[in-house]
This record gives sequence, C-alpha cells and structure tokens, in this order.
Amino acid sequence: MNTCFKCRKIVGGYGTGNALLTEERINFLSMIDTEKGIIEDPHHQLSGSSVKGAVLVFPGAIGSSVGAYVIYSLKVNGAAPAAIISTNKADITTASGCAISNIPLVDTLETGSFFAMRSGMEVKVDADRKIVCVTNRTF
Amino acid sequence: MELTGEEENMLRGERGESLAVAYRILLAIGEATEAERLIPVKWAHISGVNYNTIGDSGVDFLEEFSKSARVVIRTTINPMGFDQNKTVNLSENFTKKQMSIARSYHMLGTTTSFTCVPYEIFDIPEKGSAVSFAESNAAVFSNSILGLLTNRESALSALASSITGKSPYSNLLMDKFRHAKVTVKPDYELVTELDYGLLGYFAGNTVSDNCIGINAGEEKLDTIKAKALSAAIGTSGSCGMFTKEQGTKQEIISCGKQEVITIKDELNTAEDGDLIALGSPQLGLNELHLLAALVEGKRLKKRCIIFCARAIHSQAERLGLIDGIEHAGGEFMCDSCTCLTPLITRADFDSVITNSVKAAYYLNHSNRVGVCLKDLKTIIKECADYN
Repeated sequence: MNTCFKCRKIVGGYGTGNALLTEERINFLSMIDTEKGIIEDPHHQLSGSSVKGAVLVFPGAIGSSVGAYVIYSLKVNGAAPAAIISTNKADITTASGCAISNIPLVDTLETGSFFAMRSGMEVKVDADRKIVCVTNRTF
Repeated sequence: MELTGEEENMLRGERGESLAVAYRILLAIGEATEAERLIPVKWAHISGVNYNTIGDSGVDFLEEFSKSARVVIRTTINPMGFDQNKTVNLSENFTKKQMSIARSYHMLGTTTSFTCVPYEIFDIPEKGSAVSFAESNAAVFSNSILGLLTNRESALSALASSITGKSPYSNLLMDKFRHAKVTVKPDYELVTELDYGLLGYFAGNTVSDNCIGINAGEEKLDTIKAKALSAAIGTSGSCGMFTKEQGTKQEIISCGKQEVITIKDELNTAEDGDLIALGSPQLGLNELHLLAALVEGKRLKKRCIIFCARAIHSQAERLGLIDGIEHAGGEFMCDSCTCLTPLITRADFDSVITNSVKAAYYLNHSNRVGVCLKDLKTIIKECADYN
C-alpha cells in the first residue's frame, strides 16, 4: 500500500530507497565514513548503519560547516543517500551539500507523515512534484 | 526565493559553470531558510581547507571550481593541515593534496589567512554588516560579540557567497531572528574557559534555535571565554548566536553541575596525555600573553604544540611572547589547528591534553586519540616545573 504526503522541495530530483530514520542530528564531518557511508559514532542512534542508497530521514546537521563537503564525498564515492528528508526545516549544511551533489532534499512534510514511516520501509521522494510516498509491505 | 533576471542568467550558466554552481547552492539554502531574496555581504570566511576535512572529491571540486571563479568580496580562509614553513613528517599524498587545495584558494583570489579566528586578525566591518561565515566558532563569535550578521554558513555556501558577493536574506541576517526564545542558565559558578566551553557544548546540544540565551552572570565576557563558549556551541549543535538579553517570555533551561559532569565524562577519555595541544580555535594575542605569563621561568615537561595564525605569530614575535613560550618548551604551528590536523594521530600519541571542548570532540571522534580535558592554568601548573 502506498501512502503519499506533500512536502517542500529544497533540492529537486527523484530518489527511492529504504527509509533510515533517526531523531538524532548528525555531524557529518565526525560521524560518517565517506567511503562506505557508515555512521561510525558509537553514541549515535544509527551507529553501524549505512546511508548508502537509503532515504535518510533526520532532523538536520550539526557541528562542522565542512559537512557539506562530506555529503559531496559520499556522492562521488557512490555511498550517498538516494534522497534526504529533513524532519525539521532543512539546514544550510545539508541543503548546500545536496545542491552540489544532486541529492533530492525535502522538508516540511504533511502532519502525520512520520507516524507512517518506519526504518526499512520503501520511500519514494519526488522533490520536483513535492511528494513523498511510503510503501508499507506489511499491509 | 526570487532571483533577479541577472541572477537567473548566472544560475543557468551564462557566466560560467562555477557561478552556476554558486547560485544553485544559494538557491537551495535560500529555500531552506525561507529567504525572499539575496542581499550583498561584505566578507566571506570559508571552511573546507584542510585535506583531512574535504578529501579527494573536495580537492578535485576546488580545482575545477577555481578555474573560472574569482572572489568579489574580502574572503578569508580556514586553517589547513600543517605549517607551510616547517618540515613535517607527513605522507607525500597529504602534502600534495593539501598544496593543491591551497593553490585553488589562491587562484580564487582569497586571502590565504589559514585561520579560524579571522575576527582577531582583520578589521571588523561596522556593527550590523552582513557577512557570510562558515567555520562555526567564527559565525557564533561574530554574531554574538561583534554584532556582525551571519547565518551559520556551510563551507560551500560561504564559498558561493565569496564569488557572488551575496547571501540569502534570512534567519540571523534579520533582526527578528536574533532574539533568544530559550535561555540556558547554569546553576553553578563558572570560573575557567573550560567551564564556558562545557556550558556552550550543553547549550548547543540542547537548543536547536538560531539564537540561544546564555545567562552566566558576568557583565561582559572576556574574549578567551567568549571564544571557548562560541566554539563549543558551534561543535555540539546548529545554533549560530548567543545573547545575554533576558526577556520575560523566555523559557529557562537550567544547566546543572551533573549535566556538565556528564558532558565532561563523555569528552574526557584519558587520565593524562603525551602531548599538550592548545588552539582550537587558534590562539589569539591575549591567549599568548596569558600563556607566556603562565610559563615564565618554567619548563614544560611534555611536548606542547600551540596552534595560531601566522599573522598572530608575527605580532606575538615582535612582542617577545614567542621567545618566552619557546624557551619554556612550547612549539608553534602556524596555518593549522588542533582539529583534524594530520600532526596528531593515534600512531604518535595515545592521548592529548587540551583545554578546548571543540578540540576534545574532534580529537576523540576524528583524530581518534584519547583526550584529557583541563583548563589552561591547571595544565601549566601540572605540566611545567620551575627552572
């Protein structure tokens, strides 16, 4: 079953992948291995998970302003997320990193959308059409 | 965000690929921060200079970008990995890639200042001037202490501002966002720069607003404490400014001794260290004055690396501060800083002593060495003997 939600487009494009959800913000410079896309910080909720090919659903970037280059490195190394959904208003580090990496980025999803999303579910982000669809295979 | 006709043309690539990339970045951050238009900025400060931070893809990106782009406003740049004037034992690859980055920034026409404390070196535009600062400590310090207006720009958005002279008119560039909704109030006495660093780490981690209130009692923070506070706020969160104003409508979050102990326990991962590293942010003249006074007539028992900007080093030399500190055993590294420097690795050091919360965070997470966190006076007291 597909459930779709309206969103705001920050960086255009289309991406699909399995949702990788976290309520914790990410310092891209210190937490992610740019070769494999694995979140290495042992204290982070997503420790050990990879953003590669996933739809990363997170509240935003913190810390280093160089995080934007880290997002670009992930893209060049083939380890970037397929798309990013910001649960807060998108931040400058994430927005600028996605802009040069052509990673679709959206925020301000309709109310209720995050209740429908679980890690591992297939999510389609169509930033140009301002729509996010979640496929729940358990239905 | 609305672009002017001319801006639209540049976005489409009519003035070259670098300007098109720059406008793509400005458009994305303008949308994210709900700006309606771009406005001129007077100064850009760019991060993403150290090879350890931007990697091979960053090296290639800058090489391509700098072929056709030139800065149109004053542009200063962050530290790189090592001191250009010293022979250091680094891999050929690191040196080669680092020098390529330096060359690209030179080609772009930036002032190759290699500093994370541009606010202690260059003349400051009048209060209320809009600038575009990446490097979180510089953004937070400049907004909070100098009255400049900047969002917490990313390495790429500040780069975009440097060649367009513009930034989206949003968030901390607008007066209505420069007021705190939440104030953090410590319920203990703050004494050292480390106390302010730990408070800043707590505040940045706890509050994600653009502007945070800090009620630490003191009428006016001295520069050393303000730097420690700014750098730590920059490290743990996304906030770009702190203010002392206390409105009646503000929510107050109390920061207790226990919260601070928890943060210190997380960052303080070693009981002692093989090396003292000072300078994240790089030390300014007032800090070098203090250090020179603290080590006078003493000899450091451990290696001590002091990171500062070359411009500050030259001034300090003329003031006789460098001689005094070197006489006590201190080693200076210009152009670079503690965070992510290839000079401090697990292969050479198990653990490092520092007074900087920002350094402690990146030494633990990125350099992957243990950290012993103490305030400067305690470090010198414990690690230096009288001659």
